[in-house]
Amino acid sequence: MDTAELASPVQEFRGGVMAELPLLLGVVPFGLIYGVLGLSAGLPGWAVVAMCSVLFAGSSQIVFAQLWGAQTPAMVIGATVGVVNLRHALYSASVAPYLRSLPLRWKLLLSYLLTDEAYAASIGRLMDGPPTPHRHWFLFGAGFTLWAGWQLSALAGVLVGAAIPASWSLDFSIALTFIALVVPALRRRSELIAALTAGTVALLLQGLPHKLWIIAAALCGIAVGALSRAIDRKEKP
Amino acid sequence: MNSPWFLLATMAGCGLVTFLIRFSFIAGGRHLALSPRFQSLLRYVPPAVLSALIAPEILIRHGAFDPSPVNPRLWAGAVAVVTALLTRNVLATIATGMAALWIIQHFF
Repeated sequence: MDTAELASPVQEFRGGVMAELPLLLGVVPFGLIYGVLGLSAGLPGWAVVAMCSVLFAGSSQIVFAQLWGAQTPAMVIGATVGVVNLRHALYSASVAPYLRSLPLRWKLLLSYLLTDEAYAASIGRLMDGPPTPHRHWFLFGAGFTLWAGWQLSALAGVLVGAAIPASWSLDFSIALTFIALVVPALRRRSELIAALTAGTVALLLQGLPHKLWIIAAALCGIAVGALSRAIDRKEKP
Repeated sequence: MNSPWFLLATMAGCGLVTFLIRFSFIAGGRHLALSPRFQSLLRYVPPAVLSALIAPEILIRHGAFDPSPVNPRLWAGAVAVVTALLTRNVLATIATGMAALWIIQHFF
């Protein structure tokens, strides 16, 4: 490949930012909701805001706030947050091949920024895009954009969120964000089957404690998707 | 035990657990020889994980499974899916899905 065709770090970073920005339309309302829920669960404002950088994992932050408000023992909170976020190990495995040769500081930084939205916005670029040396900057751009948007929206939720009527149903925005990410990415029949299986299992296992249904449904979807690969049409290049 | 320090420590513990989960495979680094078989499984991570998160948001209503036509999130979700298929545009998908939910909740 001609060196002129290699995207620079700045170009990759900008690509990641541009891929992530539209997602903020769904993430910002969710951040507002988190700010409101955190306060109403009894957390002090500083803790609601600090959690956004200490934990930096939206749905598990809401779980934390609810459990803390219910006087749950710290070990149980830690275990539940761990189970809710266990799906990130799948993201870690998924991006690991593309980050293999990076120095440790990059691996630490990108691990910290590896959220649902940053992963989903970047994996297409990493998996199917050109294998250029600076492609991790794309993930950094997406991750940083989400990080900044999440901090600001949660802060806004703490400051003015109580003024938002519940009838606005802003909590639905995160489901819409995931729909916007997953639907266009379904290109094979087996991927559709993986999605339908995971969704069905998630509904069937809602009764499991500690939100174990998330990782259980994800693993079932992956297994059934992989097993049904035979029905895919010939792979596109 | 409800001191700010205990709260901060609990939060930090949860943050560390979350970070270590995210770091797990990335840390494996050079020594991690992922087999092609395992790698082909990873293609199903995005659709499986995200769909597992989406389904209950749409179909669990007031704490129970509700696939009935009076569930407004079902219709709003369908509008979002169709928009995503037609436009492949994130902004359009989120905006029409949210607008659909508001319209349905307002009129029905």
